[in-house]
Amino acid sequence: MKVVVDEEKCVAAGQCVNAAMDVFDQRDEDGIVVVLDEHPPAELADDVRNAAAICPALAIRIEE
Amino acid sequence: MAEAETGLAPDEQVYFYQDDRDAECPFAPPPGLRALHDKAPVSRARIWDGSTPWLVTGHAAQRAILSDPRVSSNDKQAGFPYPNHVMAEGAPHHPLTIFNADGADHTRIRRMMTRPFTRPRMEALRPQIQQFTDELIDQMLAGPKPADLVTAVSLPLPSLMICALLGVPYADHDFFQEHAQWATRSDKTVEQQNAANAALGGYLANLLQKKMEEPAEDVLSDFAARIKDGDLNLPEAVMLSMILLIAGHETSSSMITLGTALLLDNPGQLANLREIDDTKAVANAVEEILRYLTVPQLGQRRIAAEDFEFEGVEIKAGDGIIAALPAGNWDPEAFPDPEKLDLTRKASHHVAFGWGIHQCLGQQLARIELQVVYGTLYRRVPTLRLAVDRDELDFRPADALAFGISELPVTW
Repeated sequence: MKVVVDEEKCVAAGQCVNAAMDVFDQRDEDGIVVVLDEHPPAELADDVRNAAAICPALAIRIEE
Repeated sequence: MAEAETGLAPDEQVYFYQDDRDAECPFAPPPGLRALHDKAPVSRARIWDGSTPWLVTGHAAQRAILSDPRVSSNDKQAGFPYPNHVMAEGAPHHPLTIFNADGADHTRIRRMMTRPFTRPRMEALRPQIQQFTDELIDQMLAGPKPADLVTAVSLPLPSLMICALLGVPYADHDFFQEHAQWATRSDKTVEQQNAANAALGGYLANLLQKKMEEPAEDVLSDFAARIKDGDLNLPEAVMLSMILLIAGHETSSSMITLGTALLLDNPGQLANLREIDDTKAVANAVEEILRYLTVPQLGQRRIAAEDFEFEGVEIKAGDGIIAALPAGNWDPEAFPDPEKLDLTRKASHHVAFGWGIHQCLGQQLARIELQVVYGTLYRRVPTLRLAVDRDELDFRPADALAFGISELPVTW
């Protein structure tokens, strides 16, 4: 699994951090998404898929 | 115009969106709204001004329409489905804000406002939110019974937090709580609402000017610095400050009040919540209560920027579109048995904070406030109960921007 984010689309809602805080963070200056782990381990896969599903700006893509 | 194009006569019978809830099920969306959704995920509905915008009721359809770039938030265009008179009259005069801007303008403005509301920053406020909550509960318990939960906890907690974040002196809270409430209430006249907006605007302009001279670590000081740098002008900064102040009050406050009334009405679920000792499980419960109640009952409003086909209907440029969020959150396709309050349900895909690029900016603050209150109040006051019958509660009317209850008499 690979996590790809689009910083331009991101609206800093913070949903991805709620869903998977070991994988996503927010930049301090404006809240834009930061990926902590581009290749998250299998046990976080469901959380990461949920993060992509609840991103209101559709800024997260998962490559399985 | 929309009527002529779709062949709808001004008096043709279509669902009126601002329909009353069922007094027997006061927490549920109006039965008529649910029945409408059972027929189709998108249909015409009539609103207060007689116009008939598209009402999107399906969960998937709402997410699709609210992230569709062919749909605009520009409320200065004829045909925009305003929620009430005040918004209709005010919209042409408003500067660009996160509410009415699209695309690059929206991104520019939103990014000036996101920094103080990130999830990590809100998480860092949890101890302060817990402290305020404990103090407010202490004060309520030390006072007379019955107490009004709205004045004891629901209003002061979000108010204390938004004041601290914005850098607005809490000592002025009587003034702006009243005015912030007026601005969202349908039982006030247009003149009263305009006067409330003007008073709040003047107050915030004055405060922003002070922050330009003596900046502190708060949002208003950030805006003041941006005025100095030429990124914002004063009216824009006042409008953005007012949005944060008002939004920071009513919605979280309503969720505390309504959520408590809902839980007291569901004693089994409340008992489970009281036993939960895990932050994640409480967080999950908050998502379900957000879904169930969907405080922004008048939905998210848009206007089509071009012609397109959507869910089997032909939407024309200039057509009004409303995502009726309470219906989306009760769509059985997304939430099986939606009338069942289930605090263990996976509900994080709800649309209570809206969807798309305009999704609520303060949602992480609201979440942590609710996690702390729901995780504290019923444990500390296990005998908490309504001091009146549920039928006597004064639920906000169907045309109020925020669903709520004006007073919640409780005893213990």
